[in-house]
Amino acid sequence: MKYTEALERYQHKINSVSSEEMVLNLGPQHPSTHGVLRLELITDGEIVKEVIPHLGYLHRCFEKHAEALNYSQIIPFTDRMDYMASMNNNHAFVMGVEKMLGIEDKIPKRVEYIRVLVCELNRIASHLIAIGTYGIDIGAFTPFLWCFRDREHIMNMLEWTSGARMLYNYIWVGGLFYDVPVGFEERCVEFVKYFKPKMKELNELLTENQIFISRTANVGVLPLDVAINYGCSGPMLRGSGLKYDLRREDEYSVYPELDFEIPYAKGEIGTVGDCWNRYKVRIDEIAESLKIIEQCAIKLQHEHKRTPDFDPRALVPKKVVPKQQDFYCRAENPKGEIGFYFIADGKSDKPFRVKSRGPSFNNLSVISEISKGVLIADLVAIIGSIDIVLGEVDR
Amino acid sequence: MTFTEIKELLIQKFGPDSIEAEETQGLQPALVIKKDHIVEVCLMLRDNENTWFDFLSNLSGVDYGVEAQKFGVVYHLSSILKKHQLVLKVYQQNDRDEQNLPVFKSVTSVWKTADWHEREAFDLLGIYFEGHPDLRRILLPDDWEGYPLRKDYKTAEQYHNIKIDL
Repeated sequence: MKYTEALERYQHKINSVSSEEMVLNLGPQHPSTHGVLRLELITDGEIVKEVIPHLGYLHRCFEKHAEALNYSQIIPFTDRMDYMASMNNNHAFVMGVEKMLGIEDKIPKRVEYIRVLVCELNRIASHLIAIGTYGIDIGAFTPFLWCFRDREHIMNMLEWTSGARMLYNYIWVGGLFYDVPVGFEERCVEFVKYFKPKMKELNELLTENQIFISRTANVGVLPLDVAINYGCSGPMLRGSGLKYDLRREDEYSVYPELDFEIPYAKGEIGTVGDCWNRYKVRIDEIAESLKIIEQCAIKLQHEHKRTPDFDPRALVPKKVVPKQQDFYCRAENPKGEIGFYFIADGKSDKPFRVKSRGPSFNNLSVISEISKGVLIADLVAIIGSIDIVLGEVDR
Repeated sequence: MTFTEIKELLIQKFGPDSIEAEETQGLQPALVIKKDHIVEVCLMLRDNENTWFDFLSNLSGVDYGVEAQKFGVVYHLSSILKKHQLVLKVYQQNDRDEQNLPVFKSVTSVWKTADWHEREAFDLLGIYFEGHPDLRRILLPDDWEGYPLRKDYKTAEQYHNIKIDL
């Protein structure tokens, strides 16, 4: 049968491995796969000859659910895609719906600044997880504890604003769930002041650590052309040496008004495109996010101050019914380009079809390409450096 | 390059028959390409130095409903160097029989991104991609029956003797 041909070919390959080779399952219940990812390895001793990823252990039918819910009700589902950076997912989704409605220019500046502020806080939290768990993959335990300690501050701040620790449903179509609490801006400034020296400590402990460098530099080199061809984005693409960030490329929200750099790999240690460079891009991005947070906090305290009559829900539509159209909206998530493709039929408040493009899904697809012939221990280092969230790979 | 310029370039290279229609009512205009031409069109758009669409942002399979009897694939192309974007679409009529899936040509040879996206479209919508190197189900188990994102999908009552509750 034509439709099952590929399946039979795969089964034949697994069943007919030669006697010196071994089929080894890594995951789905293995801490180094960062969730329920299963990698089927064909190994020859310690050498990985082929990696066959198996996904879907966390498939929750996001796209099917989205067809039965109205636009506002889908926002909590986007939280659960990349659950390490829910704010960024909310923002991307909401931005798409607002553009379809044609209200993106009417959103008050204060709302946009709050959105960017919480997104950047969430970006730091996501990168801290990536860095901390990457340390564990390599065998360093302390950075993990330090990262979680600092991430906890961000979680507490976002809990204070939205009421939830991880899955916020905070950014709504046309506005926000609530204004930020009184004193939030000051707390952000305080956090930046607290966090900057901690990053320096972390760099001394991990980034410049010789053991860490030996394990990650020159491992899993991803050349730029391969990265682009596989649709890698975010720190994966920048780790291969390309200065490409949708926050600057598309200039959405208030990012054009903010001053920040796009970090990309320069290959100070190892080669451009290896695990260490991908990791370093995340470290640098944290510093840039801190800059954005500082600027947003100042803007929110002065130019776009809280006023008694300010209502972040003023523009939230009672019923979201976009005109008949299809629209693809993309934004920069901590992992890369997150995109939503909407088809609206113009009659109902439910989308006809929503397809989400998860950055981790595309970043992960390159794994079999870059891990041919590496050691099993290096494969663990490569998976960690990709920074996948299975909630988004499987959706 | 603007949308019209790209359209003219395609007409010049592949003749007016290669473009079936254009959809310009939305915010992002789309070109409907004749489905037999899609691989050549994509390859040309990637390699031409004026278009340079080196990045496939997204590939989505779409079921246009039971009445329309139509399936489609939507390609969102983007150029890192030239900073422009383009939407391509291909359509095909199909009677929705699970033994007779809609067939499109695979663009895996142009962008490797398409590999997993096409597997996903095959898995969830039952769109068959000719020339795909490894067209297996990706999110659902290999022995799953039916294509859940189709508009007429009926949930199975059980899977391996596990009752499926809704």
